[in-house]
Amino acid sequence: MEIQKGTIAAIATALSDSGIGIIRISGDEAIRIADSVVRSKSGNSIVEHAESHSIQYGFVMDKKSNIVDEVMVSVFRAPKSYTREDVVEINCHGGILVTKRVLEVVLNAGARLAQPGEFTKRAFLNGRIDLVEAEAVMDLIQAKNDFAMKASTKQLRGDLSEKIRSLRERILYEIAFIESALDDPEHISLEGYPERLCVICDEILAELRRLIESAENGRILSEGISTVILGKPNAGKSSLLNMILGQERAIVTDIAGTTRDTLEECVNLGGIQLNVIDTAGIRDTQDQVEKIGVERAKKQAEEADLILYVVDTSVALDENDKEILSLIGGKRTIFLMNKSDLEAKVSEEELLSLLGNVDVSKVTMIPTSAVLGEGLGALEKEIEKLFFEGKIRQNDELVITKLRHKQELQNALDALLLVKKSLEDQMPEDFYSIDLMQAYASLGNIIGEEVGDDLVDEIFSEFCMGK
Amino acid sequence: MSTIREKVDVCVVGAGHAGCEAALACARLGLETVIFTVSVDSIALMPCNPNVGGSSKGHLVRELDALGGEMGKNIDKTFIQSKMLNVSKGPAVHSLRAQADKAEYSRAMRKVLEGQEHLTIKQAEVCELLWEDCSPSEDGAAAGSDGSQGVFEKRAVAASDGSQGVFEKRVTGVVTFTGAVYECKAVVLCTGTYLCARCLCGEAITYTGPNGLQAATHLTDSLKEMGIELRRFKTGTPARMDGRTIDYSKMEEQFGDERIVPFSFSTDPESIQKEQASCWLTYTNKATHDIIRANLDRSPIYAGIIEGTGPRYCPSIEDKVVKFAEKERHQVFLEPEGLHTHEMYVGGMSSSLPEDVQLAMYRTVPGLEHCKIVRNAYAIEYDCINAKQLYPSLEFKKVKGLFAGGQFNGSSGYEEAAAQGLVAGINAAMEIFGREFLVMDRSESYIGVLIDDLVTKDNREPYRMMTSRAEYRLLLRQDNADRRLRKKGYEIGLISEDEYQDLLCKEALIDREIERLKETKVGAGAEIQAFLERHESAALKTAASLAELICRPELSYALIEEIDTGRQEAYQEYASAEHVRPKYFTSDGKLSQEIIDQVEIEIKYEGYITRQQRQVEQYKKLEKKLIPADIDYDDVPSLRIEARQKLKEFRPVSLGQASRISGVSPADVSVLHIYIEKRGSMK
Repeated sequence: MEIQKGTIAAIATALSDSGIGIIRISGDEAIRIADSVVRSKSGNSIVEHAESHSIQYGFVMDKKSNIVDEVMVSVFRAPKSYTREDVVEINCHGGILVTKRVLEVVLNAGARLAQPGEFTKRAFLNGRIDLVEAEAVMDLIQAKNDFAMKASTKQLRGDLSEKIRSLRERILYEIAFIESALDDPEHISLEGYPERLCVICDEILAELRRLIESAENGRILSEGISTVILGKPNAGKSSLLNMILGQERAIVTDIAGTTRDTLEECVNLGGIQLNVIDTAGIRDTQDQVEKIGVERAKKQAEEADLILYVVDTSVALDENDKEILSLIGGKRTIFLMNKSDLEAKVSEEELLSLLGNVDVSKVTMIPTSAVLGEGLGALEKEIEKLFFEGKIRQNDELVITKLRHKQELQNALDALLLVKKSLEDQMPEDFYSIDLMQAYASLGNIIGEEVGDDLVDEIFSEFCMGK
Repeated sequence: MSTIREKVDVCVVGAGHAGCEAALACARLGLETVIFTVSVDSIALMPCNPNVGGSSKGHLVRELDALGGEMGKNIDKTFIQSKMLNVSKGPAVHSLRAQADKAEYSRAMRKVLEGQEHLTIKQAEVCELLWEDCSPSEDGAAAGSDGSQGVFEKRAVAASDGSQGVFEKRVTGVVTFTGAVYECKAVVLCTGTYLCARCLCGEAITYTGPNGLQAATHLTDSLKEMGIELRRFKTGTPARMDGRTIDYSKMEEQFGDERIVPFSFSTDPESIQKEQASCWLTYTNKATHDIIRANLDRSPIYAGIIEGTGPRYCPSIEDKVVKFAEKERHQVFLEPEGLHTHEMYVGGMSSSLPEDVQLAMYRTVPGLEHCKIVRNAYAIEYDCINAKQLYPSLEFKKVKGLFAGGQFNGSSGYEEAAAQGLVAGINAAMEIFGREFLVMDRSESYIGVLIDDLVTKDNREPYRMMTSRAEYRLLLRQDNADRRLRKKGYEIGLISEDEYQDLLCKEALIDREIERLKETKVGAGAEIQAFLERHESAALKTAASLAELICRPELSYALIEEIDTGRQEAYQEYASAEHVRPKYFTSDGKLSQEIIDQVEIEIKYEGYITRQQRQVEQYKKLEKKLIPADIDYDDVPSLRIEARQKLKEFRPVSLGQASRISGVSPADVSVLHIYIEKRGSMK
């Protein structure tokens, strides 16, 4: 756990805005790992024999040899490095997506995601940082860890932590069953159990695969760019949402049992993830229920990273539009001039004039027609542009948390595959629980729960021990 | 008034399974030792189940034997039935269990104690411990009312003498009820279930120890005065029946194994093959459960009379019926208490219901319709400690020279007790000699797991060993306990040169045979393929080593003999080697099963074993990072409040132990690690 050596990797720069993202790798395997993922254009090794403190030019390739990014690689051989271990830094093109992809490739090649503050900790333990700084290191570790824990639990959606919890419970039950039979063979029999466990493993594996898949397209965390659709009733908000959803195949369906009070959809638009919240149409109303909806929409607009304001260009602007414009405030907003297939009664100029003191540079206008399915391409391009220019962004910590979660899900999956292997090899029952325990621990890491005395408690509460 | 005043090296309080091991270890290491017991007739008494071993407990006994303890040898002398449990499962969970002739067991152990040089048996109740302040007296006086600075000073002084701890006090002797004083250098407390004990049988309460023996009622106060915190635990035992009133024809007979494996690595297996007694299996039923339910209000536990915490793994029949209401029947094992008594132990039906209910309840069980109870089932409550007050050496953190083992530490079971007793005894001796303590970690032995759990976790019930508690159990097998621990026992001085040479020879034979099997290749010739086909094993594409074939689930060391043409020759070569021990060869010149088992296990499970070894390497790194005994946790910045409190409470010896304390997060361990490194480089 703590002194754990191994080779660690993390994103060393702040994600997003900057033009360059740096992935730092440290440890005995750093050079080997970097060498396996960064290659010259013709696929030759460029890192392994590179001199210390030199910079190489190359390409990060994933396992299928697809080029992920064009990069510069700095090699620092131990002990002349930040951590006094072998360190490699991959300088890639900034932006969240690319930086994250490169980190993923590095992790897949055998590095472990660094714990909060782990580089600094290693630097200290290896004598690179002097004693005066030790306290700062301790503070940093505790603070970073605190933050990561909070981020982890906060960002995991309720239904998903429930799902993981229930998978864990199932696994624990099986371990407890096996263990109680081992401890009390005269009372509890394992006859026919391998067959049963095989079925259970398959079920859990299927669930885990589904979770990993959703981790890949971002369902695990509500980490997308929080996007709120605003507009008057009947401006075409819902049809616009449907248009986005209908067009995109990467939409993830709801996980059963989720109840939501607002319609929230997760969309992958041009590789960027949006959490799109459709709101009630905003108008002055006496209807109590509707009023609540309107209030909620206003609140969501306040918290949004991006607002899509759907303007019905076929009807004249009114008080309700003014109300909406006041909500926009300084937010990054895209005006969707909807119903472009009908005769326009609203002009861009007219809208801009109503914006008052709002920063016009944060506003873009795109003509759309939900009926004809027009304007989506332009919207996609605009979002992409805003994103890569760093004008809208998601939280760094979210990206890291998500990677961590995905890695743990993968660990749990791998462990269960080992159980399956033991089952196929007809290993004795006590071998199953070793890897089941690993899966249990990995899932626990996601929801921040330790193993502790769970097993012993489960054995006693579920199975009647003899004597 | 004049009293007896004697000077010895070690006083062991209590002569149960822990006390016997502790006293024997000290005496065998040449220390003048006195073992106190309230009754010499109750030495190594088995007041509950009539067996030794069982799942994971069998491991403890094998380990204890490997270190030089007595329990394994004693049960080998006195067992009346023996069984290897879990043989259909992996080698890691095979576990030996033997039914004991209780009276013989006790008598045989007493004989060993009586025959031991440097050991004196004394029937007396120890009522008081003698102690003195550890700090230099002038400092102690200067501490003043504020105290904090003084305590810190004291600690620093105490820690600099090179011992493991920062002691406040030092034990100097014991006083018996009659006023006799025994001055000594170390005391080992093994009071079992005797401290302020009371027994409950329904509404009837007696203030006695187990089996109606005299309780020890005075020592608790003396311990409290020394600042030791006590708690109250509870356990229970079922009734004993008159065997002549049991109808065995209604029960299933349970036999021992055909081939008996001894507990002790020093026992010659041939010497213990004998006729065995049987146990009997029967079941409770609806009528039994109805009687229990109807009388729950008369159970002292359910009526709230019992205050002690009972163990969940050893539930009374009342507990089972209430908790697992859906179960229609529970197993009941009738086990002989010995060969020279009719008494039968009713395993699975411990109870604290009143006598009349007990009888009615037992009589609903098939075969027990006309049973007569010799001894009633009862529950017992006793004083014990939370073992977090101890170092992993089993010495009290506050009191130098005071060690504790067995049920007094909050464990349960004869085997758990014996294992701790041995370690406490050895370490009392090590302290007197100024030698390194015997502290085994979780990757070395079940005993290490047991003690680490006891001193690191907040146990809320009597602690029982279970295989699931051991993380690295593929390495901690009962079959390799000697290979793991004999060397330690030898270095301590409890394993003889002869026994140690046995081990070295065994190791060499195992290594050579494994090497041979890995290096001997067989080609994909017709003969080999035919052999494989006969055993439903996939044909070879290229040459393979014999070891690779053994790895296949359908093949084994024994099976491949016919294609292992060099085997016999290799055996002859081994047997002719210098210093070879004949005990590892059969009469017809083959390697003994003991060696073959090791070879086969190591080959078959190599992948898993290597994986666990890698995990152990990781684990060891934290274990080796020691925390200075005089650390002041208030001086460590950035620790979370909860972690700081827990660390102060447990005062772990290593970062590894710290990481296992609940409430101490990985980040706290990191912070602590950096603090220690910083402190280290400042000095």
